[in-house]
Amino acid sequence: MMRTRFRDFDWMLLSFVLVLSVVSVLEIRSATAMTKFHGFQQKQMVFLAVGLVGMFGFSLIDYHRLLEIGYWAYGVSLVSLVAVRVVGTKVLGARRWINLGGGVHFQPSEWVRLVLILVAARFFWEIVESGRELSWKDIGKAFLLIGVPMVMVLKQPDLGTSQPDLGTSLTYLPVLVVGLYLGGIRWKQAGILILAALVVGGIGLSTGKLLKPYQRARLTAFMNPDSDPQTSGYQIRQSLIAVGSGGLWGKGTNKGTQTQGDFLPIPYTDFIFAAFCEEHGFLGALGVLLLYFLILVRMIQNAQTAADPAGSLIVMGIMGVLLFQIAVNIGMCVGLMPVTGIPLPLMSYGGSSVIYMFLALGIVMNVRMRRFVN
Amino acid sequence: MDWNSVERKEKLPTTRMHVSQYVVALVMVVLGCWLWRLQILGAANYKVLAQQNRIRKVPVMAPRGRIFDRYGRILVDNYPSVTCYLLREQPKNLDADLPLIAEGLHLSVDQIQATMKHFQYAPKYQPIPLKQDITPDEQAFIAAHREELPELETLDEQRRLYPKDGFAAHLIGYVGEVSENDLNQDRFAAYEPGDVVGKSGVEETYDSILRGTDGSRDIIVNSHGKEVGQMGQELAVPGQDLKLTIDLDVQMAAEKALEGKMGAIVAMDPHTGEILAMASRPTYDPNQFAVRLTSAYWKSIMDDPDHPMLNKAIQAQLAPGSTFKIIMSLAGLQENVAQTMHVMCNGGGVFFGQFHACDKHHGMVDINNAIPWSCDTFYYTLAEKLGIDVISRYGSSVGIGQKTGIDLPDEAAGIMPSVLWKEKTQHQPWYPGEVVSVGIGQGALEVTPLQLARALGGIASGGVMVRPHVVFPSELSADELSAVRATYPGSGEKTIPITPANWETITDAMAQTTTPGGFDTAAAAHMEGIDFAGKTGTAQVMSHSALARTAGGHSTVPNAWFVGMAPRRNPDIVVAVLWEHGNWGNNSAKLAAQVIDAYVTEQRERAGNLVKG
Repeated sequence: MMRTRFRDFDWMLLSFVLVLSVVSVLEIRSATAMTKFHGFQQKQMVFLAVGLVGMFGFSLIDYHRLLEIGYWAYGVSLVSLVAVRVVGTKVLGARRWINLGGGVHFQPSEWVRLVLILVAARFFWEIVESGRELSWKDIGKAFLLIGVPMVMVLKQPDLGTSQPDLGTSLTYLPVLVVGLYLGGIRWKQAGILILAALVVGGIGLSTGKLLKPYQRARLTAFMNPDSDPQTSGYQIRQSLIAVGSGGLWGKGTNKGTQTQGDFLPIPYTDFIFAAFCEEHGFLGALGVLLLYFLILVRMIQNAQTAADPAGSLIVMGIMGVLLFQIAVNIGMCVGLMPVTGIPLPLMSYGGSSVIYMFLALGIVMNVRMRRFVN
Repeated sequence: MDWNSVERKEKLPTTRMHVSQYVVALVMVVLGCWLWRLQILGAANYKVLAQQNRIRKVPVMAPRGRIFDRYGRILVDNYPSVTCYLLREQPKNLDADLPLIAEGLHLSVDQIQATMKHFQYAPKYQPIPLKQDITPDEQAFIAAHREELPELETLDEQRRLYPKDGFAAHLIGYVGEVSENDLNQDRFAAYEPGDVVGKSGVEETYDSILRGTDGSRDIIVNSHGKEVGQMGQELAVPGQDLKLTIDLDVQMAAEKALEGKMGAIVAMDPHTGEILAMASRPTYDPNQFAVRLTSAYWKSIMDDPDHPMLNKAIQAQLAPGSTFKIIMSLAGLQENVAQTMHVMCNGGGVFFGQFHACDKHHGMVDINNAIPWSCDTFYYTLAEKLGIDVISRYGSSVGIGQKTGIDLPDEAAGIMPSVLWKEKTQHQPWYPGEVVSVGIGQGALEVTPLQLARALGGIASGGVMVRPHVVFPSELSADELSAVRATYPGSGEKTIPITPANWETITDAMAQTTTPGGFDTAAAAHMEGIDFAGKTGTAQVMSHSALARTAGGHSTVPNAWFVGMAPRRNPDIVVAVLWEHGNWGNNSAKLAAQVIDAYVTEQRERAGNLVKG
């Protein structure tokens, strides 16, 4: 019975993911060895185990069932985003977690993203199934669908209802982009949207109303890393030193001076790629990039072979978010992107991030397992 | 079999799906290229930056050499101490922390800023000393604030421990942080701001021997500046210990003799020039200079009208009074004038048209009783006969008006008046009558106690003049010795021709000074069983009445001088005593007797002839 169910399970994708997870656990072990966080690799392994169970569980539920409850889940998501503001735990200046008791914290913004992927897939699926062209009205609806939780997560002072989390809210953007892209947006429409985004962004930045002070500071620091040696500029600088000093072969596990000397900020979460680059060099870094490439391409293949457009849209949504997170996080570590606080999926330490990722993988498996089933 | 998917592909744009693979590839290639740029092309540069991040040079202070007396008894020791340093290479704004640092270290923000300004041109990686010899409380503060104030670092050092109550303070000197002015001088070329150097006395002269060489450790630190390991080290070379010619027993006697007085005592072995004791009053506490010199203490020292920092044994330049009659007698005898002189003393006489008084009616006086009586009339007459040129020549030959060349900084030269000297310095011609005052050690004549001791030592040793020193030349290398001698030039070692009969006459007469029942000038200083000879001097302080009026609180009581030796011929010890405002020379003679007694007693003990008790 089980055997027949898992005959189309993507074991290759899972093996790539597991290899990367092993790399992650080892690097967390090394990066926390000298800190009070040593032993976090064990917690990460627990998260991975929970994630794997969740993944297999999710892969068993037909994704059409998930699409059906999508709008309900969307409602619950909005409520949970309000709840996090009321009962959330403040960590590092941001309320992002709801304390569930027993030391377990729940970060709604992570699973809201999963819900958004499902909702967006259903939204665009319906348009695609109807066979009509994407209208401006559809585009507007899509913007609202993604934009409302985005704005709730990206705290606006006059709205005042959500968490100040630029990074996470930005990860909702690829869901919209992928949806519009596959939903058949025309070049003319896309051009107008990009132009509008540039105008709005430009006005927002120049009047200073779009970003909170710390977000603006991060952007300034990115443009000019030496402007403020204390905060994000310092972080970028230390990250570049870590990556660069790794050289071809790296300094070896537990031997990264930037990582072990606490010069590299949070080397087990946001800057874990820099820590890995320092200790395992250019070759190690290329290996990780290759693994990510294989995972992403494998996901695209799964999308291409999905049984229906809904499956394709879901998998491409997940792939788009993953690609975005990888590009932004690694880009940050190597100085190509500003500091945004986005963890590196499958590498960074963190329960919410790991479990979200494996649930998302579960949905990818789900789509693949049903590619011949109709 | 693929029938289903064909239909599906019509609904979703196939090309767009396909293109997304290339987007993924493009992102990976861009990231890979960027990593190539950082990790391959930039590796060397970033490796240097990573090293700079975590390696810090921390100085290891060389303990200064200790200082001993001639028999190996300790004079200056070291004690362990902790200094707080500020690390300026911090990824944070230090100014914001200053109030907290100031509070914890009991400093003011202004003081810290002044320190930082002082070191502004020093390399950034070099830690700068914020406060020396910090208390356990302050150490606890630094330890407790490691996280908030990673820029504070403590360092163990050895600090100077000087004798208490300013004992031998002028001789030994003190250490302090090298000043900005010093750093601009050639001889401080190798020094860096924050270095501790000898500032006076033996500490200054022999700084290069005592200081040793500071080492350093390359420590590995984390981003909080906390030490987590060590890379390498350069060991500190401790400074060499230094043995002085000082005899602690004699020094103690000299210090005790000067207790509560103003003046100086210097004792020297005239065979060698070894200084046995050198004391000066008032004194100061060098321990206060070694660490946390308070501005209040500095001000009290600087404002003291009696100049506690002055080493009067080598820096006081005063009229020698009648002690100069030894040199007058030498001149008179060597010129074959004094031998046949017989002067009738009726309490003074008229010279160059002016009456000059003597303190007594001595009657008929010759050279043998003129010295113990200290008869002014005799010496007025002798001065008139010799003239200033001859007196000046003999004065200069025994070192008056020149530095002796002792191995201590800032020695004064004194003044041996002469025709040339007056023309040069006063731009006035020499008036023949001035020679009368010089004949009794007044007038423009100025000597230091050390000059007097050396001159007497030379005369009593048959003309063998020595270079006084406080460190045995045998303790120094040839280079060090010649460097010290070049730094402190002086009249040095030489032999002046003296007819034996003449110096025997002088020393025999000097022995009468302290012999009871005879001339009674300093009989109170007589010591049974010790051949003690000397000459008193009572020198007027204010010769100009105008100066006396403006002197304010200054005493006009005469200075009491005494210069003496034991035994009278080829003496083992000469002692010069200056007791400012001591009134009568025989008061000083008693102080000299205490010093000589201590010396003789100690020598007898060391020879096993006297049981200490």
